Amino acid sequence: MEYHLKTPVDKETVRKLKAGDTVYITGRMVTLRDEGHARFLAEGGAKGVDLNGAVLYHCGPIIQEKDGMRTVVSAGPTTSMRLERYEPEFIEKTGISVIVGKGGMGSATGEVCVKYGCVHGIYPGGCAVSAAMKIKRVEGVIWEDLGMPEAMWLLEVEDFGPVTVNIDAVGGDLMKEKQSERLAKV
Amino acid sequence: MKVPEEKQYALVPAEGTGRINDKIASDLARFVCLLAVSLPDDVKKRLSEMALGETSDGAKKNYECMLENLRLAKGLKRPLCQDTGIPCFYIKAGSGFPYVGDVEAAVKKAAADAFLLVPLRPNAVDPYTGKNTGNNEGTCSPYIDWEIVPGDGLEITVYLMGGGSSLPGFAAVLTPGEGLEKAKQLIIEKILEKGVNACPPLIAGVGIGPSADIAAKLSKKALLRPLDSDLAEVGDAELAKELFDKLNGLEIGPGGLGGRESMIGVNVISGVRHPATFAVALSTGCWATRRGVIRFDKELNVSSPDHGDFV
Repeated sequence: MEYHLKTPVDKETVRKLKAGDTVYITGRMVTLRDEGHARFLAEGGAKGVDLNGAVLYHCGPIIQEKDGMRTVVSAGPTTSMRLERYEPEFIEKTGISVIVGKGGMGSATGEVCVKYGCVHGIYPGGCAVSAAMKIKRVEGVIWEDLGMPEAMWLLEVEDFGPVTVNIDAVGGDLMKEKQSERLAKV
Repeated sequence: MKVPEEKQYALVPAEGTGRINDKIASDLARFVCLLAVSLPDDVKKRLSEMALGETSDGAKKNYECMLENLRLAKGLKRPLCQDTGIPCFYIKAGSGFPYVGDVEAAVKKAAADAFLLVPLRPNAVDPYTGKNTGNNEGTCSPYIDWEIVPGDGLEITVYLMGGGSSLPGFAAVLTPGEGLEKAKQLIIEKILEKGVNACPPLIAGVGIGPSADIAAKLSKKALLRPLDSDLAEVGDAELAKELFDKLNGLEIGPGGLGGRESMIGVNVISGVRHPATFAVALSTGCWATRRGVIRFDKELNVSSPDHGDFV
């Protein structure tokens, strides 16, 4: 199935998505990586940012600033598995609906996705210019002191995809399934 | 972001003539810029072939995205992956190259210029404070490795070393009893555990030697060789083929979502081991492995064997 989602994404819609579905996202995406997750959890949130129903993008973009205007030059996904240590707590505390990254995530994230209604999706890794073309505007940035890759960038996106649903909110996990097939071959 | 003054050393050569050779620096900067936006010819060719060999819709769609991204990046002159890595320069200088003393300063200038020109992403992070230096400069960045060889030319292998693609890397010192079998097992386990998330299809470089550092260095050399390299030792060629077949048979596919192949290529370089040790190391590159070789002759005429469009 193919879905075109608008942010914020309500939980009813989230629970319809199944591992293997393709989604495209329009609205706001928020980037966070390791340091950003750690600070978010340590400080209990980011001032003025409501992430309920939001879309989180595992990404450290290249941003260029010219004449006071910031544009996204290149912005593919980063390895989601690195964020496994933060994500279950992050999903629980924020109520985010969709995570976009690359590769799989762990079973703790899978369990929390079912409990709170969240999905993890995969955007083709390394396709950073294609991704940047779907980002229309930089709405703002928080925690720039973490450096360009780790800061929280608020991005306006249009039809951002294809994102393949990997972990769904009803117990499906595409990468885990593929991994079991591989392990059976070794 | 402010950089502490003591770390702003990149444009001040530590040794050599102190001259910044404009020809070497500007050609090299142009080459780094090209590297950020396009793949080496052999990798591009192999990816196109792999795309044609796929039969499932998912894998085909994934390859389409990758190839479309390559076209966009080249056309718009934007980094094809946002992770433009730690810039690494493996220098092979002829002992008779007339400007050998200028090379290190030229490399640092080229890295700094390319950072602003492309632009590249600032990726140099202090390991203790977690601070990003903001300009890709810091101790060991750009990373420069020197080798002096007979001859009068200069060859530099440039590698924009991504983070995700480096995550599966490891070195282990095994006992001779564990030896080659254990080494193969560790490599396959590591690709299965972390390679699937490192933007496959992958390139693997394997090094074997007497200690962790030698094996690691050889593994990076292996990774950066052309895909169709003739391997010096019969054993290296056999091991490369065995690992390629085994890893490819896992059908990791583009993005780890399944497909007919897992690997762009596998290269192996071995040195001798010690009677008491068997060290093995793995270096990995993603499908977007931005490796390039640039050559200067003694008149500073420039060429690249793996980027045919570099003039």
